[in-house]
Amino acid sequence: MIVPPAYRPLQGFYTLFRKEWMRFWKVSIQTILAPVLTALLFLVVFAYSLRSRVEIFPGVDYAAFLVPGLAMMSVLQNAFANSSSSLMQSKMTGNIIFVLLPPLSHQEFFAAYLLAAVARGLVVGAGVFLATVWFVDLRFEQPLWAIAFAAASSGVLGVLGIIAGIYSDKVDELAAFQNFIILPLTFLSGVFYSIHSLPPFWQWLSHLNPIFYMVDGFRYGFFGASDVPPGVSLIVVCASFFALSFLTLWLLRSGYKLRH
Amino acid sequence: MVPAIEVEQVSKHYGGLRALDGVSLKIEAGEFFGLLGPNGAGKTTLINILAGLVVATGGVARVMGHDVVGEYRAARRALGVVPQELVFDPFFTVREALTFQSGYFGLRDNREWIDEVMRHLDLTGKADTNMRALSGGMKRRVLVAQALVHKPPVIVLDEPTAGVDVELRQALWKFVRQLNRDGHTIVLTTHYLEEAEALCSRIAMLKHGRVVALDTTQNLLSRHSGCYVELRLAPDRLPDSLAALVAQRREGGYRLALSDYIEIERVIAELRASGVAIQEMEVMSPDLEEVFVQIMSKH
Repeated sequence: MIVPPAYRPLQGFYTLFRKEWMRFWKVSIQTILAPVLTALLFLVVFAYSLRSRVEIFPGVDYAAFLVPGLAMMSVLQNAFANSSSSLMQSKMTGNIIFVLLPPLSHQEFFAAYLLAAVARGLVVGAGVFLATVWFVDLRFEQPLWAIAFAAASSGVLGVLGIIAGIYSDKVDELAAFQNFIILPLTFLSGVFYSIHSLPPFWQWLSHLNPIFYMVDGFRYGFFGASDVPPGVSLIVVCASFFALSFLTLWLLRSGYKLRH
Repeated sequence: MVPAIEVEQVSKHYGGLRALDGVSLKIEAGEFFGLLGPNGAGKTTLINILAGLVVATGGVARVMGHDVVGEYRAARRALGVVPQELVFDPFFTVREALTFQSGYFGLRDNREWIDEVMRHLDLTGKADTNMRALSGGMKRRVLVAQALVHKPPVIVLDEPTAGVDVELRQALWKFVRQLNRDGHTIVLTTHYLEEAEALCSRIAMLKHGRVVALDTTQNLLSRHSGCYVELRLAPDRLPDSLAALVAQRREGGYRLALSDYIEIERVIAELRASGVAIQEMEVMSPDLEEVFVQIMSKH
């Protein structure tokens, strides 16, 4: 008689999260150090070339204005990259079956990939912050707002990464997501400028970009000033998170592109 | 007793293609069961439906009495699958891969069993080696170990010995036989029919998504009514009346396919009448490969 070992609820979720966490730490030069260095280069180039040309909040130095934007950009891009690349690579190499064969629910699957994406986003964001804070005089007026926006925004991009990873069967499909959706939305979100410096049409267009609210709200945590009230921004970010999460859970439950 | 696997009228359609077309079979707990068929017969599709990797278009599949859709958690805990493809996660070592797999199945502190599985599969020396650095045979061993980390009562091996050296093949069968003796139900798909003949007590043959034969190995072998006779003749010349029976011309001899043992008398009589002497003669029963070919050609 075979006696099956004792089953522990949520152990599967914890294990999958741990695996994803270890996965990005094992290649930390690529997943953590490289984005921190990229952000530093952006700071050096943009702070010195644009500081006299870009209109930002009164009394705020451009380099100091830039740091939260760069940190948030890194958080978002890395949260997206973590879940999307992990899923897509697993599908391409076929090792996705190691997580499809066990009795993991679609909610556990979702939560593990999401939390790992948030974790990488926040680790990289903290790295960018630590690497750049020495070069600027940065205030930290509303830290809870900054933390709330960092967590919620990395969640949105983490979920979007899960969708991209499920959808993409090839590297170029995932690259299209990154190059034609994530990158333009990030660069046009006010990372490098305040939207008040834009013509009215572009200001209006920026308000349709959810990443604008993430960057703007995050910046509020540092300077206590923003283009849009932080409460409104947080509602937009959370609404995006819940809408995308609902869609992702539905996709996972249906087995779309995972269970044929 | 609850059957290890129960499949009722399971079908899987991909557009107009019927990968499985109303397959029904029952595998009792403790059996060593063979699932045979040519490429594209639907073996892997059936396994993937049991494992939850493929959703059936119709029908019901159960593992240890648990519906693979409605009670997927219990069904998957009861099943260990060794996949056909040589897949691995290049980020991790052997021990990490096995510990993760154990954790996905809801197990903690499973080190003792993981060590035992590694020892049986001769993986202990490679425990801390990255998966990328392993040979194909070693990666195959890890796949087997991954399927066993949660001690599943039902183990499915999908072509486990494809491209595997003799040493691993023998070690693997020794271990799998031991698991079967310990009470695990084993389901095996293989293209090496001599393996299936030696290991499996019962066999199902699939073709075009349908079960075309399902019986004990012994009954399948005895179902083949004919036999083979190998002859060395002096002079080395077969009478024209026996030419239609030649299955194979060999150097210094002939292999004749007879529809019944009684035909041997006619062969001897014809040879004697033609003045041909028999130097050597061997009568052989058909093996599973011949039974397989015969059944497949009928359907």
